[in-house]
Formats: sequence, structure tokens, C-alpha cells
Amino acid sequence: MINSPFVRKPASVQSVMLQVLLALLPGIAAYAWFFGPGILVQIALATAAALAGEAAMLAIRGKPKALFLSDLSAIVTAWLIALTFPPIAPWWLTVTGTLLAVVIVKQLYGGLGQNPFNPAMAAFCLMIVAYPALMSQWPAAGQLDARTQLDLIFGGARQIDAITGATPLDALRTALRSAADPASTQHGLRAAQLMDGPAFGLVGGRGGEWVALGYLIGGLWLLQRRIITWHIPAAFCAALFAVAGLLWALKPEGFASPLFHLASGGAMLGAFFILTDPVSGATTARGKLLFAAGAGILTYVIRVFGAYPDGIAFATLLMNICVPLIDMKTQAPVFGHKKD
Amino acid sequence: MLRKLFSFHGGVKPATHKDQSTLDPIAPVPLPERLVIPLHQSVGGQPRPLVQPGERVFKGQRIGAADGSLSSAVHASTSGLVRDIVPAVMPHTSGLTTLSVVIEPDGEDRWGELDKVRFRSTPPDELRDFLRDAGIVGLGGAVFPSHLKLKPGKEGALQTLVINGAECEPFITCDDMLMRERAGDMLKGIIAMRHMLQAREVLIGIEDNKPQAIAAVQAAIAASGETGIEAVAIPTRYPAGGAKQLIRVLTGIEVPHGRRSTDFGVQCFNVGTAYSIFEALELGRPLISRIVTVAGNVDAPRNYEVLIGTPMDHVVRLSGARAGTDRYIMGGPMMGARMPAFDVPVVKATNCILVGSPALFPPPPPEMPCIRCGECAKACPADLAPFEMYWHSRAKNFGKAQEYHLFDCIECGCCSFVCPSHIPLVDYFRFSKSEIWAREREKEAADAARDRFEFKNFRQEREKQEKAEKLAAKAAATREKVGADGAATATASGGAAPAKPSADDAKRALIEAAMEKARQQKAQVQARNTDAADPAVQAEIAAIEARRLASATPPTDSPPSSGA
Repeated sequence: MINSPFVRKPASVQSVMLQVLLALLPGIAAYAWFFGPGILVQIALATAAALAGEAAMLAIRGKPKALFLSDLSAIVTAWLIALTFPPIAPWWLTVTGTLLAVVIVKQLYGGLGQNPFNPAMAAFCLMIVAYPALMSQWPAAGQLDARTQLDLIFGGARQIDAITGATPLDALRTALRSAADPASTQHGLRAAQLMDGPAFGLVGGRGGEWVALGYLIGGLWLLQRRIITWHIPAAFCAALFAVAGLLWALKPEGFASPLFHLASGGAMLGAFFILTDPVSGATTARGKLLFAAGAGILTYVIRVFGAYPDGIAFATLLMNICVPLIDMKTQAPVFGHKKD
Repeated sequence: MLRKLFSFHGGVKPATHKDQSTLDPIAPVPLPERLVIPLHQSVGGQPRPLVQPGERVFKGQRIGAADGSLSSAVHASTSGLVRDIVPAVMPHTSGLTTLSVVIEPDGEDRWGELDKVRFRSTPPDELRDFLRDAGIVGLGGAVFPSHLKLKPGKEGALQTLVINGAECEPFITCDDMLMRERAGDMLKGIIAMRHMLQAREVLIGIEDNKPQAIAAVQAAIAASGETGIEAVAIPTRYPAGGAKQLIRVLTGIEVPHGRRSTDFGVQCFNVGTAYSIFEALELGRPLISRIVTVAGNVDAPRNYEVLIGTPMDHVVRLSGARAGTDRYIMGGPMMGARMPAFDVPVVKATNCILVGSPALFPPPPPEMPCIRCGECAKACPADLAPFEMYWHSRAKNFGKAQEYHLFDCIECGCCSFVCPSHIPLVDYFRFSKSEIWAREREKEAADAARDRFEFKNFRQEREKQEKAEKLAAKAAATREKVGADGAATATASGGAAPAKPSADDAKRALIEAAMEKARQQKAQVQARNTDAADPAVQAEIAAIEARRLASATPPTDSPPSSGA
């Protein structure tokens, strides 16, 4: 190096990404424990597809392959895709989604650090629009054995409705809608009573709540390692909790509890691993709060009033669009220009 | 009583490497074979040389006089012979040269006459002039002439005098050792400064990784019996020794970029400056030496009392440079500058000669794209968003970079230090700043050229008009005269015919008169260029002119003005 500083902290993009991957492990372990090994197959598929897509694009773009493949950023994207797609999605769905994320959303925009949208969430949105049925089939915890899962991933035939149900989020939404219908047998039942079925656990979906706890533990570790800051997880959870809590308090028979919303679906994954993607997220302290709070509110709205099983992906993309504006408008005053 | 301290945003904690160079006391350095003393060692004007090659000088003799108010004098660091006054490579990364006085020591190290000053009975203006002529500049690294900072500001008194003994850069321990060994004398300098500034309180900020220095300064304060002076231990965090950061930590005041700290009732000096003020006032000794840390890739890191102008390798030899040495860095590893050669002179700004090697300071891993992780913003002590400034600097969108407060950047290096993508952020900011300065200079030059051009047009237009008016007046006068003459002739000859040629004659005479005048003006203008030249040169020019006229005139018959 020619100019100062001549010393550096031993930090690298690779080590940041590696720590994110490590932090995902508790969640993945819980996932495999409750829902079977299908998720591990999906992770392997997505990882291979991501590395292949990244390598091909780096070759075409004339970028150093070893340097960028070893930064592990493509693998983080791959794991997030595997964790957000259904674990029994056919292999080509996962592979196509991953290639979309890495090749189009990331590399075509300039590669590492240049993508305005979260690649995993963009892929999720594209695939759920293109294959709404396949993207909405989730097995219940312990419902399918390894053999069946592998058949579903690699086999052709799918007797879908016979073996899979909706996600707990979906199930509750459907139940709540019928509870609101005077003609229904469930009329007048509250969310807490509706959550009595086999799909539900203590606060969220059965099994799923433990996966969420795994993500929470990994996320807290990332916080402690200073890979992420508290702003995004805190603001996202607070906003989701507040909106859900408000509607639940106003009309407990029509809406699920705020805790259910935090423990279900991709809330924890979104709070600690998806929205915290630095490239596509807001960067200022106040900006992060706005960005994540917006995502929290949108997630709730899409979950409760929309038609998709979860709202994290769309909420993330919508907030990604707002990032340049948020960042520009939330620059903190610099040294000597503060008002206090 | 524990003082309430404030905190600044960001900062980093690099390994300090300070223990090795504080084991032994400050050591003297044997006289080198020659001293190269740059005349320009402080912020401001370049001092004029006061000596001639071949002249004998005493130690402490002024060899460069301050050029105007924003400048500071330079002195011979030892007695000897002025060998030369030549441009020599200066201790700057650029490798540019600067006019320097080369002195061959006579080995006697004999002081010239020394003037001492009683600061309490001397008017402040005289004191300031004395310090300017003693070459006192800020020894923290900025080398700003101290006499200019020793004015109390508008109110006539200052709230807080901050003395900077933080020394936050890794490896450097010169201030630490100064405080340990010379706290009492340093305090005398501080008392003098306090007197000049009429400061109500004095806070000496020292990072808490220097307990011995803190104890020494506290003991000196107790021994002096002075009140209102306090040595304050501050948390060790780079860059706590940045003047603005230290002022913030000690007083809570943030001095914005481009403002004077005295506007906020604060002034800040380095401990080394305080000591050199003591030497100047009480011993009459100008600033001819300073304490320099030699550290890094050497066997025995240590502090030395080094004469200004001593070649760096002469000092490093005493500590034993190890194999693999590939560079000297002046200053610390965070903000220091790589030297263009090993024998560049120690100057007033040299607080440390950091001996570097590829093993000690390995080249950074390959630069990756920015992932906007914000680590740099977290580390920035000026509360900037370096990644945004980087983005715009990289795109050469300098206006935008400025909008993100590029010029508030103090180039402390924290952002580059933490960047996981190994981006040399500070280099980008230095580049942007120099580009902006260059453009501003260009714009100024262009504006000046345009003003000159417009004024020239205006002048030419005015002259034309004046000439035309003059001509018209003259013509009118001539016509009147001719008319009168013509009338006389006509009445004499009884015909109007001769009047016409007579008017033509008048016109021709006018034209010739004008051309003659133009020739004279031209000659005057040409002469003006050579006014400043000495008689010999002027004679030469006259000879050349004569030759040119002689060679130009014979072949053509036209008047000289037509050839021009």
C-alpha cells in the first residue's frame, strides 16, 4: 500500500458472510429436526445452483472467479432461498429461483454490492407469481418422511393436496375468515380457539415456532458479533407487533395475536437475516428504523389482507425501492453540525 | 473529583505497540555529517534565506526569516558551515523538492547569542513576534505557526486551554516520553501560553494507556502550585488525539469544520509545542530539535532528541533497522506518510520515524466492491458516511461527495482500517479533495483570465473612442484653420481650387502624426518589459534590438512599425 493507513482490522466480506451462514445453522437444525431432511437437499441444490450461476456470470463479465466465489455471498443468497421456498418444492423450482436471484437480480445489476433488490426475496416473488401452487405447499411438522420428501423434490408426480396443507399463517387466515361468516360452523370462535388444530404449536405454527427460535438465537449472535445492528430487527419486530397488537386488541375474534405473527412464517428470518442485507437495505440509523418498520407493517398487511402465504418477500422488495430516498433523507448531522 | 468526560462518535482501537519504545529514556543523537534544513517547515509562507553559502553559522542562528504573519522562522540546528542553499527532497510522499539550507557541522555545537524573554512583563504582540522568530510551530503534526494561535479571541480571554497529550497513533511515544521526563518544564510553557491566552482553565488530555505520563504531569502541577490546571486521563481510542476529538472529549464542544475553536472559547496545543515554548522563552533557544520516536521494524525502538535537518537514516541506524525494511513512514501507521527516500531530513513535523517492512505492514488483500455494511460510518469520528462519499468519489461526482461533507473528513484512516472490502477509502477522499481544489484553482484562473480579457476589450474600446474624439477635435480644429487659411487664400487668389489639396495635406499630416505617436507608444511598451533587468542585461537587449533593426530595415523600405 502506498498511503496510510498502513494497518487494517482483520475483517473481510468473506468472514462477514461466513458468520451469517453460521448464524443460520440453529434455525436450519430445528427445520431439519421438525420437518425432515428435505430442507438439507434444498440447501445443497440452491448452493450448487448459486455457485454455478455466479461462476458463469463472473466468467462472462471477466471478473476474478476465485475472489468472488469465495466471498460466500452467493451461498448466503442460496441458503435464504432454500429456507424461504417450500422444502418439498421440485428441484427445478429451487434451481430456477436461485439462478434468477444470482444471475439476474445480482450479477446483471453489477454483482456483489450493486443489487438494489434483495436477490433471494426477488426470486421468491418471481416464483410465487409464476408458480403460485407449487410455492404454497408446505408440509406440516413430521408429516412427511425422508423418502416422500425426496420423491416430491426429484420425482415427477405430485398428489399435492392429498399430502400437504397450508402454512399455519394460511390456515389461521382461512379459519378466521370462516369464523367471521355467520353461516360457518366455526362462527364466533376466536383465534386462540382456532389455533387448536394439529398445525399449531405454543405460539405459532407447530415446529415452525422452534425454527423461528433458532433464527432468533442466530440473529442475536450476529448482533453480539456486530455483524448487524439492533435497528432493523428491533424496528421490524416492534412494527409487526404493534400493528398486530392493535388489531388484535380491537377485535380479538378477527385477528391473530401479535406473538403468533412474530413466531410464524418468515418473521424471524426476515428480521435478522433478510432485511439486514446491507446492500439492498437502508444504511443510516434512522433510515434502518424507517425501512424495517415499513417492512413490518407491510408484512402484516400482506399476511392478513393479501392472498400470499407470507408477506416478508413483497414487503422487503417494496422497502428496497424506498431505500435511496430513505437514505438520502435520513443522513445524520456530521461532527460540529448537531443541534444539541 | 472526577471530571465529566464526553465521547466522540466512532473511532477504532488498533494495537498500540507503544511499550517497546518507552523502555529507555530519550537519547541524544550524534551529529550527522550534514544537516539539510528545509526553509519551509510550517503552514504558511516560505521563509526567506538569511545566510549565504560559505557563511559560518552558530547553533540557533536564524537562517530563514518568517515570510509575513502566517509563517515561522527556521534556525541552524548546530554550528557549522553553510555548504549550499539548494532544492532538496522533502519528507513528503510526493518526493518533491524544497529550498533547503545544507549545513556541515563543525562539531563544536556552539550556541549563538540567546535572547530570553520574561513573558509576564512583555506585551503580547512582542511575545508573538518573539515566538514567530523562534520558529515555534505546532509539533503535533500540523506545524501551524503557534504565535497565530496564541491570541485569546474576541472576548480577550479564553475559557479553556486544551493541551494535547493524547498521542493516539500507534507506535508513537514522543509525547509520552516528553511528559514523563520533562513535565515540569513543559508545564512552564503551558503557564506561559495560559498567560498569553488569559485562559480560565487548562486541561491536559492524556490517553489512559500512559499512566506514568499522567502521574508525572500531575506531580508537576502539584509542585508548581498552579490552580486551574488539570491532567485528565481520557479513554484510549483512536483518534482521541485529533484536536477536535480531544476538545469534544474534554469540553463537550464540537468545533465544526472551517470554524476556529477560539470562537467557542477553546484553543488546543500539543505538549511538545508547550515544551518548545518553554525553551524559547526561558532558555532563549529556538526550535532546533524535537523528540522523535523510532519504531517498527527496528531492534531497539526508542525516542531520540533529534536536530532538525538530521537525515532519517542517521537516526534509524541507532535503533538498528532490521532486514526487510522497505520504507520509512513519517508519523504513525494510521495517518503517517511514506517517505520518498531513507535520507530525507527530520523536520519539525516529524514525531515518529516508523520503519516499515512487508511483514509488519503487509499489502492489503484485493479490493472488493462496497457492500454498504456501514462499518466505516460506525468508525468515523466526524460522523460522516464514508461509503456514500466513496460511491460519489469513485464516480467522480465531486459535487455529491461534497454534499456528504467530504471536507469534514480529517483523513484519520478509521474507515479504511475497518473496511471489510479493503477499500482504501481515505485515498479516494484525498483524490476527490485534490481534484476539487484543482478545479477551483482552474476556475479561479479562468475567471481571472476572463476578467483580464474583458478589461482589455473595455480598455481598447475606450482608447479607440478617446482617439476618435481627439481626432475629431483635431480635425475640426484643422478644418477650422484650413477653412480660415483657405478663406484667406481664396480671398487672396480669388478661387476655391487650392483649398482642396491643402485639406489633403492636413489629413496626411494628421495620419503621420498619429503613426509617429503609435511608434513612440510601442517603443515605450517594449521598453517596459526590460525595466526590471539590470544594466548589463539591458545593454544586451539594446544590442539585440539594434541588430534586429539593422537586419530588418535594409531589405524593406517600409517603416519599422509595419513589420511589427
